[in-house]
Parts: sequence; C-alpha cells; structure tokens
Amino acid sequence: MNEIDAVVYSMGPSEFLGVNEPDKWCVDAVGGRDKPFMRIHTGGATGLSAAQAGFHHVAAGLFDAVLVVGADKVRECKDSQQVLNTIWDPLYERQFGLTTITMAAFQAVRHMHLYGTKEEQMALVAVRSWGNALNNPVAHLKGHITVDDVMMSPYYCWPVKKYDMCPSSAGGAAIVIVSGKKAMKLSTRPAWIRGCGEVANTVFLGDQMGGRAQMDFADSDVLAMAATAAYRQAGIRNPVKEIQVAELYAPFTVCELSMVEALGFCRKGESGRLNEEGFFNMNGEIAVNPSGGTLCANAIAITALARVCDGALQVMGKAPPKMQVKNVRNAVCTGEGGSFQFHAVMVLSADYY
Amino acid sequence: MNDGMTLRGGWNVEYNYAVGTTGKKFFDALIEKKIIAPKCSKCGLVMLPPRSFCERCFVPAEEWVEVGREGTIQAFTIVPVKFESLPEPPYAIAYVLLDGADTALVNFIRKVDLSDLGAAAKKLSIGKRVRVVFEKRRKGTINDFHYELIETGQARRQRSKK
Ligand SMILES: [Zn+2]
Repeated sequence: MNEIDAVVYSMGPSEFLGVNEPDKWCVDAVGGRDKPFMRIHTGGATGLSAAQAGFHHVAAGLFDAVLVVGADKVRECKDSQQVLNTIWDPLYERQFGLTTITMAAFQAVRHMHLYGTKEEQMALVAVRSWGNALNNPVAHLKGHITVDDVMMSPYYCWPVKKYDMCPSSAGGAAIVIVSGKKAMKLSTRPAWIRGCGEVANTVFLGDQMGGRAQMDFADSDVLAMAATAAYRQAGIRNPVKEIQVAELYAPFTVCELSMVEALGFCRKGESGRLNEEGFFNMNGEIAVNPSGGTLCANAIAITALARVCDGALQVMGKAPPKMQVKNVRNAVCTGEGGSFQFHAVMVLSADYY
Repeated sequence: MNDGMTLRGGWNVEYNYAVGTTGKKFFDALIEKKIIAPKCSKCGLVMLPPRSFCERCFVPAEEWVEVGREGTIQAFTIVPVKFESLPEPPYAIAYVLLDGADTALVNFIRKVDLSDLGAAAKKLSIGKRVRVVFEKRRKGTINDFHYELIETGQARRQRSKK
C-alpha cells in the first residue's frame, strides 16, 4: 500500500446498496487513509470513468501509482428497477413506469424497425455470453443455454425477455495504474492504456427518435464518438484488424448489437447477422466479452471497471486459461451509464507504441 | 426483521419537486386540454417535454406553440410484470411524435388488448398513429392525458366529424 499515491473510488448510485455515501465506509478497506481519495460516478459507466480519472492523474505527472477500486452489492436491493425508475424526470416521465428494461425495449424495437433485427438474433448474444462465462470463474451467471431457452423465457418489457437482461450482482474490482517507468520496473508485460474517450448524450430519449432527431436511439452514436477519439489516440485505423478483444458494458442483448456497430466492427444493422456467423465468438474476428460480460454479472458500480480488468488481463496474457484469447495486441473496453447517456471507451494494448 | 443473515431496512424520502415556470405553463395548458411546447427562436425546434432552452443552440426558448392531438409512435413497449412501486401490469407505453412537435413524448397507450403480447406488439408498431385523450378530471399533471390507437379508417371519420 505504501507505493499507492492516491485512490479513485468507483461508486455509482448509492441506492442499490441502501447505504449513503458508500465511499466513506470503504476508505479504510481500500487503504485510502492518509491519501488523496475521490469518488467517480457516471452511473453504469462509473468504472470506466474511474479508470480514466486514474489514468489522467498519472499521465498528468501528479502521481506515480493510483489505485482504482470499488464494490457494489446490487443484490441487496429488493427491486433495483424501483431505484432506476428515479433516473427519469419526475414531472414528465417517471409516472409511466420507465426502467432500464423499458429503455432497452425502446432500443430493441427501433433496431428491429430500422434494420430488421430479430428477437432470435438478440437471444444469440445471451447464448454466446453465457457460454463464454463458463470460462470465467467469477461470472455470476453462466451455462449452456440455447436460443430457444432465451425465446421461451418470460417477457419483462416486450421484446426484452429474462435472458436478454443482466443480473443484479455483488462484486468488487481493482486496477493499479502506474507511470510508464514504474510499469516497466514492475512487469515484463504490462497493459498499456493507449486511448481514452468519454462522451455524454442528451438526457431526453424522445429527442433521439423521428422528428428532427440528430441521432437514433437504436444506434450508439455517442459511443462511436468516444471510440473515434480513443482509436485516434491509440493509432487504430481498422478496428476489426487491429482489435482482438472487446469487453463491453452491454446490460441487455440489444445493447451489444448496437455497440459493436458503433465501435466500427461492422456497419449499422449488420451485427445480428454477423453474430449468427460467429464473427464475435471466441475464435471469431473479434472476441466480444470473453468474460461473459455485463449480461453475466452486473455489480453496477464496478462492472465497467471489470471490463478494464478483463481487457487488461487479455493483453497481458493473464486471463483464466480458457478465457484467454490468443495473440491479443489490442483490447477495447467500454462503460455505459444513465439512460444510455454516458459512454466511455478505453483501448488497452500489449505494445507501448 | 433479523433472520440471522440479513436485516430488513429501507429509506423513504419525500420531495416537493419544483415545476418551474416552463413546467407550470405546460401543465396549466393541459387543464385546458391543450398540449403546448416551447419553440427555439433560432432553429425552430419544438420541444416536448417542454424546456426553457434549446440545448442544440444554447439559447432560451420563449415562444410557445400548440401541437396536434394526434401523432406517430416512435418506440413502445409492453410491461407484463410487476415492479416495486411501479404501475400495475400489464401496461403499454410509447414515445409519440405529436404532429407539429420535433421530439417524442412518452405516455401510456390505453385500450389495447394486452392479453397476447405478440399480437399487441404488432398493433403498436412504430409508425402507427395515436390520438391524445384527455382525462375528464385534469389536475395539471402529465397524467392528464394518455394515448389511444387510431384504428385504420377511424382517423378519416374523426376528421370529417370536426
Ligand atoms: Zn435551437
């Protein structure tokens, strides 16, 4: 702990825990006593925003080593959707039972409408994720499931079904971000942070569909903006050729289809078909969520930080044996928070330049 | 209750949410069975829910216009399960672009048979027309109206009645 100069605490909404200011309770447990300590919060994107805050502090030369750490216990909340309903406007929207599941349903119906995406194509995202999670010792949900299993699971908000959704999980995550000099002293094969992007969208869902919408709620155009910035810094010109692993914050199956399009892995509307062809499988063009991703564990405050952990392990060659993708040079990690409002991207690389 | 492993608890906090001058103007109009929306003086964007400024031009939106009582579904869902403190299921909600507005506004869609989700979803598809139906007793809240589907052929009849 003596070598840690500062602590960034990754903590999203307090209401899932039901303990106010949870960062306050965890200072001692993470070795934060006597050190600079800050909490970062951008909803589901929290973990990635926290990692970026840690990175920027080190990159600015302020600290040599920053611990980015957090934990969440969403499972202790009786119904997390009761909390999530309150992220909508109390005057105009909350009354209509809006939840993150209705939000995913809105994205799904628009993706289906614009691109002809099928419920079965979304279901296949869950099938692949649950299968990948079998190789991840710390995944909450895992197993051999079929498209039929997903299709037969009950609707929560049409067309979103039980297996299209992430669970309410408990979990913790931590990374240490150090200066380049220190990294080369500590490790022969560190993960290099090569690109960061973070972009916020309007809060109004209804501004992103029809009329004079500047972007469509079916698409993750704001994620594309964040990815463009991160790719530029990392020198990535062709994401499909240069990125081997994607660890994405996709809490619903449709989100992943929308996100891989925004990340430049394929054109808009193509993800459903490519997913069927195995493009995003462990042995495909880009392995998407080798860990099982957010669909298989969602401890909200640290889920995006777990994406960074898993991406870093992949480029360091230290992922659990069956979860490890071969010859990973670059991994892209994302975080998504609010009503699909905050998008953050980090590119991790095995190479310094 | 202490079951040995967990302790039941909760927090209940009440609020008096400020409606603001923009919200008050909108809600007062609902009582008069009108849906009005602020319009950006620069780009002309007609915004629902109402807001005091255009976030695209970053200028105040002080002109108000009345929007139509019919519109087009842009996104919808049907909720068949019960969530804590949320409306009794099943219910259908939709973002609707009201005629004359540039952004979509969410509300319930009533009077749709939701017993068969697949069949109901087909009825509610994107592009379908709906009308605004005001409640008999209005209190100046967003629940003063809801949407109902305009069945094919009915739209023309409605219009000729006027
Ligand atoms: Zn404007």
